Amino acid sequence: MKTIYHIVVKEFIQFRRDRRMMMLSFVAPVLQLIILGYAATTDVKDIPMAVYNQDKSATSREYIRGFATSGYFIIEHEVQSLAEIDPLIEHGRVWMALVIPPDFSDNLLARRPASVQIIADGSDANSAGISLSYASQITAKYSRDIVAETFERTPQAMRPAMVNAETRVWYNPDLKSRNFMVPGVLAMVLMIITMTLTSLGVVKEKEIGTLEQLLVTPIKPYQLIIGKLLPFAIIGVVDVILVLVVTRWWFGVPLRGSVLLLFGMSGLFLLTTLGLGLFISTVSKTQQQAMMTAQFLFFMPFIYLSGFTFPIENMPQGIQYLTFGIPLRYYIVIIRGLFLEGVGVAELWLQGAALIAFGGAILTMAVMRFKKRMG
Amino acid sequence: MNIKRIRPVVIKEFRQIRRDKRSLGVLLVFPALLVLLIGYALNFDVKHISLAVFNQDMSPTSREFVRSFSNSEYFDFTYTVERYEEISALLDQEKALVAAVIPPDFSSDLLAGRNATVQVLIDGSNSNTATTAIGYINAVVQTYSGNVATTALARYGKEPYVPVSLQPRVWYNPELLSAKFLVPGLIGFILMLSAVVSTSLSVVREKERGTMDQMMVSRLQTAEIILGKTISYLFIALVASVLVLLIGYVFFDIAIRGSFFWLYVAILIFLIAALGQGLLISTVAQTQQVAFIISVFTTLLPSLILSGFIFPIRSMPWALQLLSNLSPPKFFLIALRDIILKGVGPSAFWDQLVYLSIFAAVTLGISSVRLLRKAE
Repeated sequence: MKTIYHIVVKEFIQFRRDRRMMMLSFVAPVLQLIILGYAATTDVKDIPMAVYNQDKSATSREYIRGFATSGYFIIEHEVQSLAEIDPLIEHGRVWMALVIPPDFSDNLLARRPASVQIIADGSDANSAGISLSYASQITAKYSRDIVAETFERTPQAMRPAMVNAETRVWYNPDLKSRNFMVPGVLAMVLMIITMTLTSLGVVKEKEIGTLEQLLVTPIKPYQLIIGKLLPFAIIGVVDVILVLVVTRWWFGVPLRGSVLLLFGMSGLFLLTTLGLGLFISTVSKTQQQAMMTAQFLFFMPFIYLSGFTFPIENMPQGIQYLTFGIPLRYYIVIIRGLFLEGVGVAELWLQGAALIAFGGAILTMAVMRFKKRMG
Repeated sequence: MNIKRIRPVVIKEFRQIRRDKRSLGVLLVFPALLVLLIGYALNFDVKHISLAVFNQDMSPTSREFVRSFSNSEYFDFTYTVERYEEISALLDQEKALVAAVIPPDFSSDLLAGRNATVQVLIDGSNSNTATTAIGYINAVVQTYSGNVATTALARYGKEPYVPVSLQPRVWYNPELLSAKFLVPGLIGFILMLSAVVSTSLSVVREKERGTMDQMMVSRLQTAEIILGKTISYLFIALVASVLVLLIGYVFFDIAIRGSFFWLYVAILIFLIAALGQGLLISTVAQTQQVAFIISVFTTLLPSLILSGFIFPIRSMPWALQLLSNLSPPKFFLIALRDIILKGVGPSAFWDQLVYLSIFAAVTLGISSVRLLRKAE
């Protein structure tokens, strides 16, 4: 016990001496969460659009007003010919262009269907899809209003019945993507800082040879491993507290689940990232190797395949199986569930068990490799 | 500056890179592998939305209404529940994303010509998916309403019509495939990471080991050392980018519509800017640990989140829109999408290249000054 204590103290002295490192370990995650928490929004609003209105009537202007007042679109250009639209879209000045035919109001007055063309820049497929769905909702509403007006004059018995959908959004009623994204950014920031610190901390000693020095002392391998991991675990816990506080009070993401469970689950997640960090350090000879391995083999696939932005259900079956090997996946489900949905142990025990299993497996593997080197 | 003196630095750097087989493999092959994996995995398309139905009106009419959901490719009709409470359990456990509650008087209302209201509950935690799902639900319900109206009107011998129909035409990516817009983004993301990390580390490593001082006291000038160091990584990153583009073409059918010349001009300027950022980090950091953490925190998540790769910059708060100008991938991505997807000429993206050049000049300038000052 005492031996472990001394190793931990040594690590902390070293850590304190490197001021810049200390700053980075605590300030970088918080700063990054604050900045990226604001940036990570899938809300599409203020879509710049161009309008080519060939039918200069009150009717067509009213239809266009539907776009302008929706809050989704900003009409930035009113063009006078089709040819003007091309460069606007090519240069990214507008994302969408609405083309209203000359006979728009004539058709509507004569109760004939009128068709309107919309041109969208598909190079950002996600925003384009959402913009199109807004445009068709605005158009459908406009159509419905016209139909309703027509039926106002017909007797009650002749009016066709309509089915209305009354949508209620749970957990995130304003559909703010921030509440969904910030917990995800939190999880990634936490993973990156703890995995990096652990893997580099151990490899560094290997590279400069001080690990060899420790090995010839009577310190037992398990004492060395615990002594080395404990400081990183403590830094990790402090980081957990910091980022959770930022998420709850800076961003005001409602925390609906139990705080205790949140900390317990975050502890389990730290177990997996520390284990991965140690594992990387056992398979790398130099810090550069460790960093390349961490970055390309772990961070990148983890971030993309964790369900942070891209729904796992949409991935091909084979890749979906692959995501089960990613601890970040479980933690993101846990943290979103606890923050947004207020779920409890009943819903999360499986995710927690997966984290324990992964953490246990990777730690055992890392410790075995570590010991083999020492033996 | 003397070209002849740069050569040995380049050769030395290459020898060092070659010796570390794993790092070289990771820098060369991994970007392409990642594009392959991630390109298949990433998808914003919302399909197979799991739907729970609480049908209180067990009539042919209501069943037909439910069928109009399962007939669309967007919904998977997964659960039938008997009580309202079951819905919240299904949504809590994320077994269903959408739940439809059909009132007991659904069919009698419709038959009597009264409007019926169906309640739809949606898990809004993922606002992106939820927004799309709401769009689909409205479309299905409106189509159903339209059919009801048509039959009703037909009874009175009136012809129904849809007053305004929208005809969308999507340019550049008509099927709105996610891969087409994500793969160019991935290229920027991966090149950024490998370029910044490898340069910042290569300089700091020499600093840590004291070999930088040896080079400083040699007859080499600072600019020659910097050039020699960056040229080798520039070369590796260029080879990696060719592999990535090849993967994009072969597996994702992403043909380059614009000119190859401008594509490579853009890649080159971008890489120099990224290398500049890496060098700047290396002049600030004393240890590889610090260098790596700064590199990761300024590249990994910012090039994912702050660059317009996934999240539209226009939707960010203005302070962040301003901040996004510090992220070279932002400009590179605009140019890359212009060249690869839109096939437009430099008149559309020359300003992005100018921004990148300014970024490169500033970062390289500051790092040279800092390195020079230390050398004296």
